[in-house]
Amino acid sequence: MTATFPLPYPNADAPGEDLIARCVHCGFCLPTCPTFAVLGVEMDSPRGRIRLMKTVWERRLGADAAGFDDHISKCLDCRACETACPSGVEYGKLVEGARSQIVAVRPRSRIERAIRVAAFDWLLPHRRALGAFASISVLAKRLGARAVLRATHLRAAGRMADLLDLVPDRASASGPPRIVRARGERRARVALLRGCVMGSVFAPTNAATARVLARNGIEVFVPDDQTCCGALHAHAGERDRARALARRNIAAFEKAEGSERGRAPFESVDAVIVNAAGCGAAMKEYGWLLKDDPEWSTRASAFAAKVKDATEYLADIGVREQPRGLGVRATWDDPCHLLHGQKVREQPRALLAAIPELELIPLAEADWCCGSAGTYNVTQPDLARAVLDRKVGHILRSGADVVITANPGCLMQIQAGLRAAGSRVTVVHLMDLLDQAYGP
Amino acid sequence: MRGLVDLLGPSKVLGARADLVVYEYDGAVDTATPDAVVLPESTADVSALARFCHEHAVPIVPRGAGTGLSGGAIPVEGGVVVSFARMARIVEIDAANLRAIVQPGVINLHLSTAAAPYGLHFVPDPSSQKACTLGGNVAENSGGPHTLAYGVTTNHVTGLEIVLSDGEVVRLGGKAIEHEGYDLVGTFVGSEGTLGLVTEITVRLVPLPEDKRTLMAAFETMDAASETVSAIIAAGIVPGAIEMMDQLATEAVEAAVHAGYPLDAGAILLVEVDGPRDGLDDIRQRIETICRENGARSIRIAATALERERLWAGRKGAFAAMGRLSPDYYVQDGVIPRTRLPEILRVVKGAGERHHLRVANVFHAGDGNLHPLILFDLRDGPEELERAKAAGLEILTACVEAGGSLTGEHGIGMEKNCYMPLQFAAQDLAAMRRVKEAFDPAGLMNPGKVFPTPSRCREFVLAAAR
Repeated sequence: MTATFPLPYPNADAPGEDLIARCVHCGFCLPTCPTFAVLGVEMDSPRGRIRLMKTVWERRLGADAAGFDDHISKCLDCRACETACPSGVEYGKLVEGARSQIVAVRPRSRIERAIRVAAFDWLLPHRRALGAFASISVLAKRLGARAVLRATHLRAAGRMADLLDLVPDRASASGPPRIVRARGERRARVALLRGCVMGSVFAPTNAATARVLARNGIEVFVPDDQTCCGALHAHAGERDRARALARRNIAAFEKAEGSERGRAPFESVDAVIVNAAGCGAAMKEYGWLLKDDPEWSTRASAFAAKVKDATEYLADIGVREQPRGLGVRATWDDPCHLLHGQKVREQPRALLAAIPELELIPLAEADWCCGSAGTYNVTQPDLARAVLDRKVGHILRSGADVVITANPGCLMQIQAGLRAAGSRVTVVHLMDLLDQAYGP
Repeated sequence: MRGLVDLLGPSKVLGARADLVVYEYDGAVDTATPDAVVLPESTADVSALARFCHEHAVPIVPRGAGTGLSGGAIPVEGGVVVSFARMARIVEIDAANLRAIVQPGVINLHLSTAAAPYGLHFVPDPSSQKACTLGGNVAENSGGPHTLAYGVTTNHVTGLEIVLSDGEVVRLGGKAIEHEGYDLVGTFVGSEGTLGLVTEITVRLVPLPEDKRTLMAAFETMDAASETVSAIIAAGIVPGAIEMMDQLATEAVEAAVHAGYPLDAGAILLVEVDGPRDGLDDIRQRIETICRENGARSIRIAATALERERLWAGRKGAFAAMGRLSPDYYVQDGVIPRTRLPEILRVVKGAGERHHLRVANVFHAGDGNLHPLILFDLRDGPEELERAKAAGLEILTACVEAGGSLTGEHGIGMEKNCYMPLQFAAQDLAAMRRVKEAFDPAGLMNPGKVFPTPSRCREFVLAAAR
């Protein structure tokens, strides 16, 4: 009990004492935590994880302890606990800080390091590489690679087959043009984040987003030189890598040329629009990410203040053109990083209510994670499956024909879960649904 | 430790350091690290565990959700913490007989949610009801805002299955409201895990009221609000709940829930009446009049269910919102005769000032059940907790002297056991101890709780002697 761990963790990202001290360990977060629901142990609850961070802070436990890594890694980072917390504990900052501690002090195998370099440095930030990877995956899936992999009965091959389950039936990189002009009188001018997965797999959703905004009098431009937002890097504790991407994005959006009148200053851009909830949550936190960088912190905060989810922005500015009716039985599933990360709850519901004839069925536990959680379904497949099964069960019981959400990870994960359950229910991004309602 | 794994299997036993440090706390201030944590999945597991611990003379400490506020789940003398997180099944809802049978790990609110389709609910509603377990409610004889009209946990439990410290499984009571012989169910409810382990609970379910009216009144002073409470009861009205919050508590609560609580009021009353819709508005009108006569400066009536929910979310999240004001708090639970409210609230204020600590108040005014939240910061040193406890003791002493008690619903635990002599004579405590020894002769069930212990209470006894 008296052992102390004098290891220095001089890591500016480590969970700070003030953030930890906000937690009064009341336990209100426990019943909202998906991993606690599955595992039933305090270490895999938000309160328990904060206690582990505190214990590391007090040097009663090493940041390199296997248990610390294990339980911090098992967190979905869904942040449902933040919504539940009356004391306003900023759990997302805490858990990402703890992961950065672990990255700093815990040795990793050569294979794991190689995977991290490949995923975080090569694939995600490079749209073409990611696009090629997505196309190959779709092709492999169509050619029946999963059956071949599973037939080997090798664990690693089985895991790869599981991953191919997640791949959508088609991937498309054909997004919107650089500028999509407003229809009718222009009300606003916004810049759109292309996104890494959105840009290489769900690019038609980007095009739909631009069309829907343009229909409502909002000019949309897509700045060049933008890159992956860095959310997945930050979630994995790779904060230096996340910072590098954040700086590139801020610079790219700041110098964006969108208008035909030539260079327009960033101040004149009304918002930076993001249609992937995970990316939006991360970009709204660029100020925090770069808080210790004197050259960038002010710029990052100014940039972050402009970031809006597409549903949030459209509902707040108001739908100007009435969509046509869509006779579907739909249910809305809140992306965690929209509801818990960005505290956006009412706006997507308002947009759905604006579509005539759409029957909106409430989804039980719509505020629960689906298990996608960035790369969680890759790193923690068993837990992700358990969390997904719970979600799929609620969807099937709801009787809806379509699940509406607003994040690429959720789209892929929920669709894979429904497919595996033999269901024909489809999962659609809210911007695609609106685009469909508006028609050509 | 190895023996436990052999007995129950590795998935039900925790022993790594990173596992044990997260079972060293509950919702309050005391901490102690267990030697092992066991997660039983059945009564048979619990019985096997008890037998094992009996054989090896290892203390057993039951734990629900760890939301307790008196250190009840803290293994102060070491041993095994038994978490009931995996015994969380609603076994039966017997709507026709207004009963439910549950495992101890079921969350309080989940039972009411499950009973709602039958038009029923489980009445005791502690503020932590979203998280706390029914096993914990039984152990602490928990209350909640609505106990004013409907009683506390003991009034809503009719049967128990328990495992004694030698592993024997015993059934007490059942679905009937009365049983012949000793009222052992009543003895067990509120025994804080010191008599045995509860493995199944039979509870009463009560029809949901047809309608409710919820009213929030703001006052300049705590005195005016206290007078109002007495005036409401004196008028022959027994509302479902009467809750009070002071300005500091309101500040934290409003930041958490944005319910529209006025931040500049000296005190806020939250009053709820429920029952048949007919006549409900008359009662609400009478309460409103009494509030105005006693100086209420503003009154708001919840117009929608959502608004009512918000107001209650604020009240029920009040303790949990204290992190906005201070990293640590020490909450007292003294009960006083309602008519002495103004006087004792002045004692509370004085105790805070004397010890240079801020105190927030949020409590069940109708019951006279105080909850002063004494704010401190442990990062300034361990003596901060001692100061908070000293202030708390002044308040509790005043409560007992006013004819009240040490605890209304949080339990004695390891937090107030040293103070038991304030309330009970030596022979009273000896009689209680004989009950404990009848059930747990080996003294292994949650040791160091409820009764004063020589090692931890010596200083208090010495101070009292001075």
